[in-house]
Amino acid sequence: MRSVRLALVLAIAAIPAAAEDIGDAARGAEVFTRHCKVCHQIGEGAVNRVGPHLDGVFGRKAGSVSDFNYSKSMSRMGADGLIWTLETLDAYIENPKALVTGTRMNFSGIPAAEDRAALMAFLRDWSDRPQDIPESEPTARKTDPDLSPEILAIAGDPDYGEYLASECQTCHQADGSDQGIPSITGWPTEDFVIAMHAYKQKLRPHPVMQMMAGRLNEEEIAALAAFFATGNQ
Amino acid sequence: MLNRRIFLGTGIAASALLTAPTVWGQAKPKVVVIGGGAGGATAARYLAKDSEGAVEVTLVEANPIYTTCFFSNLYLGGFRDFESLQHGYDKLAGGGVTVINDMATAVDRAARTVTLAGGTVLPYDRLILSPGIDFKDGSVPGWSADAHAEIMPHAYKAGPQTQLLKKMVEEMPQGGTFAMIAPPNPYRCPPGPYERISMIAHVLKEKNPTAKILVLDPKDKYSKQALFEEGWQKHYGSMVEWIGPDFGGNAVEVRPDTMEVVIDGEVTKVDCCNVIPGQMAGKIAALAGVTDDSGWAPVDPASMKSKMDENIWVLGDSSAQGDMPKSGFSANSQAKVAAMTIRAELTGSKAFPAKYSNTCWSLIAPEDGVKVGASYEPTPEKIASVESFISEVGEDAALRKATYEESLGWYAGITADMFG
Repeated sequence: MRSVRLALVLAIAAIPAAAEDIGDAARGAEVFTRHCKVCHQIGEGAVNRVGPHLDGVFGRKAGSVSDFNYSKSMSRMGADGLIWTLETLDAYIENPKALVTGTRMNFSGIPAAEDRAALMAFLRDWSDRPQDIPESEPTARKTDPDLSPEILAIAGDPDYGEYLASECQTCHQADGSDQGIPSITGWPTEDFVIAMHAYKQKLRPHPVMQMMAGRLNEEEIAALAAFFATGNQ
Repeated sequence: MLNRRIFLGTGIAASALLTAPTVWGQAKPKVVVIGGGAGGATAARYLAKDSEGAVEVTLVEANPIYTTCFFSNLYLGGFRDFESLQHGYDKLAGGGVTVINDMATAVDRAARTVTLAGGTVLPYDRLILSPGIDFKDGSVPGWSADAHAEIMPHAYKAGPQTQLLKKMVEEMPQGGTFAMIAPPNPYRCPPGPYERISMIAHVLKEKNPTAKILVLDPKDKYSKQALFEEGWQKHYGSMVEWIGPDFGGNAVEVRPDTMEVVIDGEVTKVDCCNVIPGQMAGKIAALAGVTDDSGWAPVDPASMKSKMDENIWVLGDSSAQGDMPKSGFSANSQAKVAAMTIRAELTGSKAFPAKYSNTCWSLIAPEDGVKVGASYEPTPEKIASVESFISEVGEDAALRKATYEESLGWYAGITADMFG
């Protein structure tokens, strides 16, 4: 069965926009067992456990498995339009709280890009078979959401960050309270930088944030991160 | 003209009084801010906070309690109580701003002083004018703010007018007619009149479902039009009728004494009428001589500094800056640029390139929120829009609900940013 499916994938790989080999699914199964299986089920008959089941995860709106009690943050991301694709899921698995700040998924992330690619190849096996999972999106493709170490290493100017931050604080309250717009005060620098670049590259879905991040250059994002990391204004 | 002369006269009389108290401070540079709304309060707060005592900041605002115009439509719709729109200045005062509850009546640009109605004369090194809007008399034939606002309220400066309009809507007879005279461009809060229509339709749908709403509009298009039209149709059926200039919306006269509206010569009896007249910069901007023929105050796009006077900044609704809408969000955004550039001039602190932004949320029905926004940058000619977005028609209920909840977060955020 499996070899038949693989052959099919190879056959359609020549057609543009068809599914491509994104990683080693067999290795991904091991990654899944090591990191995910304790909370998530996948495959025929999978049900929600500590985390939601992962059948058909690609193309699914974040926070949309019925009967699963998501965090407010995850539900909000779904309502804002976050769809799980290779790009967004990759960003999430790399650093869950950088993409969905208040997620209940108590997992620090998988730093190795190859492991994530393998895991997603495995997850896609369960999103790739229409007879099992009708809402599949097998043509989801990976773009390039990774940030170079140079970008992450930029030391921001906190004075500039303080001025730029005044724009954020029209909505995000300086004291860290959340009355409908999440707190960004006291965020770790790297998470902040990754999140802002995810908006800039339109991986994170929110239109206001995409616009705000879209016109910030790398130094400005670093400056903001340096300022907000101090946790006080 | 009459008003202008009276105001000037008062100013001269007050400054001529030898007994008029004059406030002279020490050697610290002085900034006087006139108007304690989204522009003025924010600028005062940021100046005091960021200069850490190096600049003496005085805020002049007539009302000891400020009522935000933004979200006042939600009060009309029953989604917020009136008190939730009200904010005091105690935290600003605690943060190093001297708050004076008085009305500025004159600016002497040569002497660099501001005279208050109570007689106080405040010297300044830099002056920030953020006085909001005033109404153009004669813009709606038959109506003037002084004579008719109690019969046909404008409710476009939040406060007792907003409460009066809410009461009038609630007291409309069953099956009665509500009319809004919508304003010509440019005016405060572009989606505001149409969000207001949505909120009044919501109230009438519950309490007075056979009532009619007429919107008489001199403009052929308006902010978020497709979103409002879709929402009105969806939530309120045929209750709302919008009459644009093609059908007489630009040829309207009101008769407050008989509660009539004349549309292109045709008389219609109404039960409640909201007149939102044409607008111009708050009076003190004209008195200071920083407005032009348009009635607004032109400013330098990179700093919000007046083009008429290098020691005066004009923020928010009163300013003529380019592409930004007249909104609380815009004023708050401009205030931060102003505070930064003034501080750099007075204390030598670092000046950074100006960035501006705006987002306006509107509520169409319970949990049906939409938004429009843009980012802006200064060009030599104007503040120019760089990128923009708007909610789309046909969005699902979850997204609209999230947008509404986000607007509540924004209100909490911006009021904390303004008042501390």
